[in-house]
Amino acid sequence: MSPLVTIAWRFAVLSLIAVGGVTSILPEVHRVTVDVHHWLTDAEFTQMFAIAQASPGPNMLIVALIGFHVAGFPGALVAAGAICLPSCTLAFLVERVWQRFRGTPFRRAFEAGLAPISVGLMIATGWLVARGAPGAGWSAYAITGAATVLMLFTRVNPLLVFAGAGVLGLLGLV
Amino acid sequence: MSTTGPPIRPTLGELYRGFLATGARGFGGTLPWARRMLIEERRWLTEREFIDLFSLCNFLPGPNVSSMSVIVGARFHGPLGSVAALGGLLTVPLLTILTLAVLYQRFGHLPGVDAALRGVGAAAGGLVLATGLRMARALGRAPRVLVFLVAAFVAVAVLRLPLVPVLLGLAPLSVFVAWLESLAAWHTRS
Repeated sequence: MSPLVTIAWRFAVLSLIAVGGVTSILPEVHRVTVDVHHWLTDAEFTQMFAIAQASPGPNMLIVALIGFHVAGFPGALVAAGAICLPSCTLAFLVERVWQRFRGTPFRRAFEAGLAPISVGLMIATGWLVARGAPGAGWSAYAITGAATVLMLFTRVNPLLVFAGAGVLGLLGLV
Repeated sequence: MSTTGPPIRPTLGELYRGFLATGARGFGGTLPWARRMLIEERRWLTEREFIDLFSLCNFLPGPNVSSMSVIVGARFHGPLGSVAALGGLLTVPLLTILTLAVLYQRFGHLPGVDAALRGVGAAAGGLVLATGLRMARALGRAPRVLVFLVAAFVAVAVLRLPLVPVLLGLAPLSVFVAWLESLAAWHTRS
């Protein structure tokens, strides 16, 4: 099968299960692209995640990077389209019926039920990314821990933390 | 900045430009910027409407902010509005990421780039962890919340199970327990 077709259906399926945003499907993106298709190594995955995080816009654009890595510009566009269009079409359709459920017990139970799962998946993503950092050693874990604490307890701009971590990397300290 | 006053109805061009600005600024997550643009700067939504929109997008699949742009666009101008808003949101990020992809392909193997990205990758993991922990804090410590949060984490991060079966297994159960809880709360009240 052409890689473009594989990219299209893999990411289109992911698009429809990305409840709670793309961060919650990153472990699955990791499983599919690294473990199943071997498009990337663990290290490359974490590097692409770093690039996607350090650039503006929705984090889902990591799939465009992966698409580019696999099949060049067409791969990037197919990946971005596939991750976006199914869920956006669904959003458009659901919006039309959603107002009817406002304030109903069904809607409240749905939200209350899904919230902890979304958050658990987000923490799982952070965990997998931190572990996948290339040649992750104690210094890399220390940076992850310091970044977590800084961003949890201060209002520092994440870009400054990224820049600092990049400089530490350049100095050979990671 | 005042957030009172009637919401303003944007044109198609304004929808595009508003979300263009949101996408261009959204470093490390677009959602805070979307909130600021929609409520404070352009006043297209009230605070209450934004909260409703956010909880809707939270359980819709796909990137929160792109669902949000599609819905805001649809409310003001139907399908064309959705296209304008989503197009605006994605223009700058897509161009940026493609530029970065080319640069990475050309220079990614250089030792300096590799080393710097190693540091950024570790910090990026930290940002996600911090966001997750912050959201966990906001969810409270009810036993149901903790059980399902930890179950989702363990299934995916430790056992490395595929997401679809994990969701299909956990989500209905969690929604069901939440529903029972709300029934119980309702009975205690009445």
